Amino acid sequence: MAPFLLKRIFHGVAVLWVVATLTFVLLRLTPGGPFDRERKLPPQVVANLEAKYHLDESFYKQYLRYLTGIVRGDLGPSYKYLDRGVNEIIRDTLPTSALLGALAIAFALAVSIPAGLFAAYRRGSWIDRWLMISASIGISVPHFILGALLIWALALQLNWFHAARWDTFSSAILPTVTLGAAPAAYLSALLRSSLIETLGEDFIRTARAKGISETGVLFKHALSQSLIPMLTVMGPLTATLLTGSFVVEYVFAIPGMGRFFITAVTDRDYPLIMGVTLIYTALLVSANLIVDLLYGFVDPRIRSQ
Amino acid sequence: MTTATMQIRNFRRFDGLAGASAVFIMIVLLSGFAVPWISPYGSGELREDNLLEGPSWIHPMGTDALGRDLLTRVLYGARVSMTVGIGTALIALIIGTTYGLISGFKGGHIDDFMMRLVDIFYGLPDMLIFILLSLLFGKSIGGLLLALGLVTWVRFARITRGQVLQAKEFVYVEGARAMGAPHRRILLHHIMPNILGPILVTLTFSIPAAILAESTLSFIGLGINDPYSGWGTSWGTLAQDGWRAMRAYPHIIFFPAAAIVLTILAFNTVGNALRDLLDPRTR
Repeated sequence: MAPFLLKRIFHGVAVLWVVATLTFVLLRLTPGGPFDRERKLPPQVVANLEAKYHLDESFYKQYLRYLTGIVRGDLGPSYKYLDRGVNEIIRDTLPTSALLGALAIAFALAVSIPAGLFAAYRRGSWIDRWLMISASIGISVPHFILGALLIWALALQLNWFHAARWDTFSSAILPTVTLGAAPAAYLSALLRSSLIETLGEDFIRTARAKGISETGVLFKHALSQSLIPMLTVMGPLTATLLTGSFVVEYVFAIPGMGRFFITAVTDRDYPLIMGVTLIYTALLVSANLIVDLLYGFVDPRIRSQ
Repeated sequence: MTTATMQIRNFRRFDGLAGASAVFIMIVLLSGFAVPWISPYGSGELREDNLLEGPSWIHPMGTDALGRDLLTRVLYGARVSMTVGIGTALIALIIGTTYGLISGFKGGHIDDFMMRLVDIFYGLPDMLIFILLSLLFGKSIGGLLLALGLVTWVRFARITRGQVLQAKEFVYVEGARAMGAPHRRILLHHIMPNILGPILVTLTFSIPAAILAESTLSFIGLGINDPYSGWGTSWGTLAQDGWRAMRAYPHIIFFPAAAIVLTILAFNTVGNALRDLLDPRTR
């Protein structure tokens, strides 16, 4: 277990380093700078600004400074928000995004497990067909359209929710549903097909032959087996949620990290872009690591390897 | 004739929904590219006397805040989306299959290294890399295609490599090698026909993914920003216009949004049908 863990952590650090380097090089190659304005700044002002942010140093020196900063846990100053560094911005916004992501995963699981179980149990029925059709629609609807539709119908027409607030539990419902709908649809379809496959296995027939009730077979024997494929997709799913959170935070005006990322891109606030990119990568790498560990926990065959 | 083309000829296996989706895609594609000739309105034609009109016989989707015919604008948007979707898929196809073929065919350390690189790209959120790349390439349609293609190619690389590894084990490939066929011949005549099916499926699925990414980026204001190219305005930008006026004029967001959802749904339906058709395991 320990060598495996070490190897995976090393791999994760390597990924972070590659991403940090690529982002750095990419942003240096990008035409146009953070201090380009409609009206050109006087050359002395630009020179002073560049000196302040060490932009006048050589490429390698800047890169080294940036890397040592990351190692010390300092993501640098923000070009746009003069009173706050990148660290503070992330500290203020990450919890909001994390809460939204956690709520969306909880929603996706709460919807997909019953839906998948029911669809597999009543395979071929009209409810199964209906569930699977809504799942394929759910996968195809972009976040911003679902968000706009929910706001229009439930907030503007019916007045059940507020359109853009982030304070009470009820204000979190629409963003959660918007972010969680596609994962819910995807996971339902996945659980259904994996359950149907498991239900055809020999040990299920044995369990039935022993006289265990159909619901007992489904919950005790089939479900635990079928959860493994769902675990496998949790890594990619985290990536989808991160991407989705940009859009959902934008649509619902939630003060999370994704919204800051979007404004950082339009402002060309390079340290903030790099900082958020690194945090996203770190989140993703750790999600994949946790999934791998859980995988060994759930399936003893993998643990022994 | 290869197996893949033979199977594609077998269109009868397509169910009705997939057929309807394919027809819908053709209509969107054709009308998108024919819109300069079929629409009586120019894409930027401003009419001050009929701002923000609801749907009517003269303007089936209504007009926007500047009095432009929304149907015309949605059709120009179809041209943008289809160009982006198909263009991205083709760029990714060329880069990804070449990469996957080399990696799978060479094997050994080269394969290990090449796939490690793919793994890193594969794990990152598409949208993140895409936004960073589009900063570099600029906000024109060409830059966008390049950025999206560079994000999507890893899927093709993975699929192709997997298929090549499988095909390499086939007895007839071994036979061809034993008879002294050169690498090029083995690749083109023996391995390529086998991997066409899965690649076609990946191609079909990467079109809607690109359309989704492009419209989402345009919606949040990070997409194509080239109003003078005359190629058309993205559906995402149209939806953004409608989003700001949604309270009073919901029709402006409704039609572009419906166009996006229906097109993505149609491509996904065709993709699913193709996958069932070409992959015997899921049948």
